[in-house]
Amino acid sequence: MQSTRPRWRVLPLLAGAVLIAACTTPSASGPAATTGGPVATPAPGQSTGTGGEDISGQEVTVIGTWGGDEETAFREMVKPWEDETGATVKYTGTRDLNIILSNGIQSGVLPDLAGLPGPGQMAEYAQAGALQDLTGILDMATYTEETAPALVDLGTVDGKVVGVFIKSAVKGLIWYNPKVNDFSSAVPATWDDLQAAITANASKADKAWCVGVESGAASGWPGTDWIEDIVLRQAGADTYNSWWQGQTKWTDPAIKSAFETFGQVVANAYGGSTGVNATNFEVAGDPLFADPPGCLFHHQASFITGLGKFKTGTAGTDYNFFPFPDIDPANAGAVEGAGDLFGMFHDTPATRSLMAYLVTADAQDIWVKHGGALSANKNATSYPDDISKRSAELITSAKTFVFDASDLMPQEMNAGFWKAIVDYIADPSKLDSILADLDNTQASAYAP
Amino acid sequence: MDPRLTAALVNAVVVVIGVPATLVGYILLIEQLLRAVPDRLQPRIRPWLWLLPALAFLGVFLVYPTFQTIIRSLQNRAGTEFIGLANFEWFFGNKDALSALVNSGIWVVLLPVITVGLGLLIAVIVDRVRYESVAKSVIFLPLAISATAAGVIWAFMFFWQPPGQPQVGTLNGLITTVGADPVAFLQVSDAKFNTVMLIIVMAWMWTGFAMVIISAAYKGISRELLEAARVDGANEVRVFQSIVWPLLTPTIAVITTTMVITALKTFDLVYVMTGGQFDTSVVAFSMIQQLGFGRSDRSAAVAVILLLAIVPVMAFQIRQFRRQEAMR
Repeated sequence: MQSTRPRWRVLPLLAGAVLIAACTTPSASGPAATTGGPVATPAPGQSTGTGGEDISGQEVTVIGTWGGDEETAFREMVKPWEDETGATVKYTGTRDLNIILSNGIQSGVLPDLAGLPGPGQMAEYAQAGALQDLTGILDMATYTEETAPALVDLGTVDGKVVGVFIKSAVKGLIWYNPKVNDFSSAVPATWDDLQAAITANASKADKAWCVGVESGAASGWPGTDWIEDIVLRQAGADTYNSWWQGQTKWTDPAIKSAFETFGQVVANAYGGSTGVNATNFEVAGDPLFADPPGCLFHHQASFITGLGKFKTGTAGTDYNFFPFPDIDPANAGAVEGAGDLFGMFHDTPATRSLMAYLVTADAQDIWVKHGGALSANKNATSYPDDISKRSAELITSAKTFVFDASDLMPQEMNAGFWKAIVDYIADPSKLDSILADLDNTQASAYAP
Repeated sequence: MDPRLTAALVNAVVVVIGVPATLVGYILLIEQLLRAVPDRLQPRIRPWLWLLPALAFLGVFLVYPTFQTIIRSLQNRAGTEFIGLANFEWFFGNKDALSALVNSGIWVVLLPVITVGLGLLIAVIVDRVRYESVAKSVIFLPLAISATAAGVIWAFMFFWQPPGQPQVGTLNGLITTVGADPVAFLQVSDAKFNTVMLIIVMAWMWTGFAMVIISAAYKGISRELLEAARVDGANEVRVFQSIVWPLLTPTIAVITTTMVITALKTFDLVYVMTGGQFDTSVVAFSMIQQLGFGRSDRSAAVAVILLLAIVPVMAFQIRQFRRQEAMR
């Protein structure tokens, strides 16, 4: 009888093993079912835009950071391609693009096409050999002719185009409510003009600025745009570039001065330092439209027109913008921009066809018509309003164009920058120790 | 039919029928093989053969990754050479990592204190009321909510608007009706205020769990014993001190250790509510964050630190389990 006892003790373990097996089996065979995509029987009369190969029934997996309205816009954008080719796009939105792609490169499990976290990561992926060279896939003559040169350069690694901008944005626009005060006839051209305008109109709103940096795990990033805009116009593009490359230290007077200028803005911001840290960036500009107004100005990229009360307002009558004013005349005409890079990990007829389609003016037009996004393509001009058109022109006509510095920094540096913004807003007196911490992070983040 | 659906159905069939069938087949197979073994040895070998699949799974999915993580924590960023304890030095010399460690310390102390304290109080109190089961169900309910959902719900509770604006957040709505200024619950890190707020959300979820277990143990205490004490002239405080508390101690020890482990593992709530910003990061969050920075070496070091912190608690809990088993 004794020999029967161990048997019963084993049963729960066996049940556990069944459970584990049940959990692991689908994930082991899952990727094969989703990424590879079965080859369907050819249907006559359908051809792709590029190679003429029949790709109907095939599936292209895409991951990106877009959700909500942006995801809708992307799906609308790929719809004509799906209709024409008979292939389908399987899109998945994620907040953790960086982790998914970094792990994917190590494990080899990657989507066909993906949004890329930034030019820095794009270069890393390209050097690891994971990104496909798009030079032979895109119609290069048309692509370089239609696309802003700075954005073509940013997608190029070692002479190969590996990333394209699906959409772009101009950073550092100053938004205002023309019903409270119309600046369109006398745009403040310099930082001093802007300060004078603030003093002259102080009675029209509670505070001069609306600032909100809350953004979940990325809280602080709207403040990094402020610092970047100030560095670019105080110290110039050379310092700006050596700064994100990790060669200019954070304790450098140029960077410290930018933080202090931003500190003056926060000191005159709606809701005080708590308000700045606790207000989500999407609704941070809303007090512009309150009665009485909470602030005169809001600093944000062109995509704000798709967010908060801007989304329901009418461009031109409810809100308007002027470019970030020049601070040092020597650096006049510099513009900062950003955008969503896109790369290709698997080279198949279907992915080639989709990639080539996405950069065309026709495809780009669909997204810009949706609002909230600018195109890197000059020939995509279906902007819903004059404001979007004007901001798109800023990119193409800029004397100096730089990319968002924090997006170019290594992820560790970028996250440290976000945190520094939050800490500085909470207690500006700690600036020296905050910058010293950033120097430490810089030493570690740029190390190979 | 959609080829993806077909694939999914095939998968389902494989899992639902194939996996149990394989296991049954495995058992039949080893019984066949055991026949070749002398009868005397069979009882000794059989349990190990039965255990083999489970042990294999544990080995592949738990033991191997653990050792791999320990090795990784001693390597450089690219994983090409061993660099000793440099990654651990980084952890104990980095302000943010230390702040996460301090926050985890606060979690480990406060979460068990609140959940077990409130759980005990409620278990004893509701034992005396008629609507006990309703009260217990209501308090237990939040445990059914995932930490992610709880984070979203409590983000609304804590929502902040500048003074003078309509306060949409429940708590600030209450606070401002009595004339006080709204409080930015999640953004004010003075005296670790926002970390305590996050712990309260977690305690909201887990108090019901502690209460249900303690309540079951409390009901297991013989009523005659309590009556006898009362007849002998002991007041309620004395009854609790001398009878209830000693008899509940083993249960409370087990729940406390469970809560300590829950506190150390906390990641999801912090990720959803503050994203580790405003000085609310915890050790488990720091681990994931370093992974996102492409620092799997440091991430592994943080994982090892977390493991070392949990091991003594686990050991204590297993000892408690054994002791309880022995009492039965």
